[in-house]
Amino acid sequence: MTFLRKKDRVLPGLPITLGFTVLYLSLIVLIPLVALAIKSAELSPAEWWNTVTNPRVVASYKLSLLTAFYAGLVNLVFGLLLAWVLVRYKFPGKRIVDGLIDLPFALPTAVAGIALTTIYAPKGWVGSLLQPLGIKVAYSPLGITIALIFIGIPFVVRTVQPVLQDMETDMEEAAATLGAYRARTFFRIVLPELIPPLLTGFALAFARGIGEYGSVVFISGNMPMKTEIAPLLIITKLEQFQYAQAAAVAVVLLLISFGLLLLINILQRWSNRRLRTAKGG
Amino acid sequence: MGGIVTNPRAGKSKPIRPHLTEPRVVRYVLIGIALLFLGLIVILPMAAVIAEAFRKGWDAYVSALSNKDAMSALKLTLLTALIAVPLNTLFGVAAAWAVTKFSFRGKNLLVTLIDLPFAVSPVVSGLIYVLLFGAQGFLGPWLSDHNIHIIFATPGIVLATMFVTFPFVARELIPLMEAQGVQDEEAAVSLGARGWRVFFKVTLPNIKWGLLYGMILCNARAMGEFGAVSVVSGHIRGETNTLPLHIEILYNEYQFSAAFAVASMLMLLAVVTLIVKSILESRMSREEH
Amino acid sequence: MKTIKNLRVVLIATLLISVLSACGSKNNNEPSKEASPGASAPSSASQNASPGKPKDIELLNVSYDPTRELYEEYNKSFAEYWKQKTGGKITIKQSHGGSGKQARAVIDGLEADVVTLALGYDIDQIAATGAIKEDWQKSFDDNSTPYTSTIVFLVRKGNPKGIKDWDDLIKDGIQVITPNPKTSGGARWNYLAAWGYATKTLGYDEAQTLDFLKKLFKNVPVLDTGARGSTTTFVEKGIGDVLLAWENEAYLALKEFGDEYEIVTPSLSILAEPPVAIVDKNVDKKGTREAAEEYLKYLYTEEGQEIAAKNFYRPRLQSVADKYKDQFGTLNLLTIDQDFGGWKEAQTKHFADGGTFDQIYTPGS
Repeated sequence: MTFLRKKDRVLPGLPITLGFTVLYLSLIVLIPLVALAIKSAELSPAEWWNTVTNPRVVASYKLSLLTAFYAGLVNLVFGLLLAWVLVRYKFPGKRIVDGLIDLPFALPTAVAGIALTTIYAPKGWVGSLLQPLGIKVAYSPLGITIALIFIGIPFVVRTVQPVLQDMETDMEEAAATLGAYRARTFFRIVLPELIPPLLTGFALAFARGIGEYGSVVFISGNMPMKTEIAPLLIITKLEQFQYAQAAAVAVVLLLISFGLLLLINILQRWSNRRLRTAKGG
Repeated sequence: MGGIVTNPRAGKSKPIRPHLTEPRVVRYVLIGIALLFLGLIVILPMAAVIAEAFRKGWDAYVSALSNKDAMSALKLTLLTALIAVPLNTLFGVAAAWAVTKFSFRGKNLLVTLIDLPFAVSPVVSGLIYVLLFGAQGFLGPWLSDHNIHIIFATPGIVLATMFVTFPFVARELIPLMEAQGVQDEEAAVSLGARGWRVFFKVTLPNIKWGLLYGMILCNARAMGEFGAVSVVSGHIRGETNTLPLHIEILYNEYQFSAAFAVASMLMLLAVVTLIVKSILESRMSREEH
Repeated sequence: MKTIKNLRVVLIATLLISVLSACGSKNNNEPSKEASPGASAPSSASQNASPGKPKDIELLNVSYDPTRELYEEYNKSFAEYWKQKTGGKITIKQSHGGSGKQARAVIDGLEADVVTLALGYDIDQIAATGAIKEDWQKSFDDNSTPYTSTIVFLVRKGNPKGIKDWDDLIKDGIQVITPNPKTSGGARWNYLAAWGYATKTLGYDEAQTLDFLKKLFKNVPVLDTGARGSTTTFVEKGIGDVLLAWENEAYLALKEFGDEYEIVTPSLSILAEPPVAIVDKNVDKKGTREAAEEYLKYLYTEEGQEIAAKNFYRPRLQSVADKYKDQFGTLNLLTIDQDFGGWKEAQTKHFADGGTFDQIYTPGS
């Protein structure tokens, strides 16, 4: 594994790629985000704190984080399943199913919200079936979660799929030849290799879910303290021309997501390194 | 670690060897669950869109699409994607190369910053450009003096779209290139290849599917973005409305069928890109064999 | 080698910036191109330059959601009138959205020539930045409000729940649909009308009034962000027993969705005044003041009033009002200035953070 140490010197292109990355990142992402932070700093520290610790704001953070987390978990399981089925199995219509995965990206979020509400509202296609069972989907946190599952599913599938596709089957083969059960092979050999992309997919779906607005407002019902998501509160503040307060709520939301993403990226890199060492050893 | 240079990843569909797969029953059950999930979460909403789009018949559908405002919205949407996707692709490749082929301090931070636009609420991603370029914003007065329009005009819409779709290509490539390591490139360099040649001859063939996926996702999202664009667009009919905003307008005018008709057009655009992708795929795999 | 690499970085950066600025400058030309429709006039480029002919003018009217149909009709009528009067061509561009959002867009630099919003408070906010003169509400007759409206109930056909007045809304088992007053101008009128009714019938007791509003909002299952969203929830999704709506929205819903609904007029409601104003900063910059003034004045003429009435806004002009008096029931109306001390006070008391609306939803209060 000596190449790990000397790779810096061998390959070309670090200055240009890193330079361009940082420049573009700064122009498109960092400078505008700094503007947001500066705007929120127009409030005095006490005002700032009061804005972001207001019970309604806190309730909305909790709701956004929890629903995004649950949606991320569901997507983790079903995203892996979908990627697995699409890479490893053959069945009629596979191409079409593969293509459908991307559609949640292509559909404007507002349309997705309206369509989901049409289906899951008490008088909708599925909602009317669940209504007698006492399950309320639309206008409840469950509805928000479903909208976020819809928004997030491509993230998990599309990060796991390429890795699964490129995965060598040597190890699996060896395990099978040695008589290991299929399930054991999967959990011991395949799954560990998939942990980095799974983590990435989960993190992306989760982070996207925290901020999602367009699809959620239609299905959530927007009741304060119950189904009011944090991005809606930002809009609410803006409607009252309170730019600085809106920016403060946004900054906290941003910091939470940033922290989570950073944590997951470190975790992912760490597991990646462990994996590679294990493979090499 | 043998066989790396011959590139085992080229073949896309590997033959399924019986001892490397599950019993038939398990397979069917897994496929069944996967399809049921997809059906409930993705296919049903799509079906709802199409059903609503054709509720008033084919003629109403066609007239909704050929409407003048719909056409100008389509043009703006395509223009936006045409600018945002190539720029973000360029960025994605550069970022993935820097992050996966080298080790340097602050790498985790950089990767996280690249992901950040995913985590930013679309509402906020529009707002930040308003804070920067708006009349009350930091650069607003200067722009106004020089009569440069950024927000409530095409550049603002492009910027907001670029922000929202920023990480797609990079995000697709980083795990892939990470998993592939640097051996192939190093081998090429040791054989005397340099700079761009290494990239085009060695790296690109390895990552082309990931790259294509990334671009398709980036494109799909660029055309479908609603929240961020809504903040910076100004909603001027026939001028700064993209397709998603046009859909909202139609919906608010109680033209539900027309709204869903235009939405189905966006779905169609996505399908077209997917068809292009599979044509490319089959052509490339034919060349390889 | 190193300098070449640096050169590349610079090259790419320049490319990026030039692409961005290129699309910026392109857009500056775009409006003028569209103003003179190139398809019908092949020599459109030289058209604007010739001094003899009257200049082609383009106005941008930034308005709120329910006025789409009104201004679509009105703009056509005004363009004809303008052509007769001056011989020139005028194109009016429309932008619609939530009233507050639209006001914000103008504040942030959307170059509206005129604003026609849901409530004076939103225009006051634009005026606070200096883009509109401070006493804008005196610029035109009738408080700069050429048409008015009020808040009514839309119920399902046959009024199965027997809803007659505000106090029916707080009964158990009634579902009320209204948008969120924090994000919707129309919802603020709804809220104030309910507040006004409760205040008068409960003997001006503030605690009891708040209690009334609390009960009312307990019956609200969904708070949409805008008036149109609420109408859709009520009509398309079939949720709720009664929709609190602008009178013009309620009539429009009747017109669009046939006989499945009927309108109930409560014993007391509020005079909703959606005002209009010229955005001084923008018309002076673009040189469109004259046209913008004419545009808003035309709203007060017989033709303008007729179009407003046809679109279910209550006209100010007596002759038109008489003609349409069967359409609009007579109502006892509160006004924002007399009963609520003006928008500024109403906003602070009810809708600002910690106001009465927030108290409704704050636990334990």
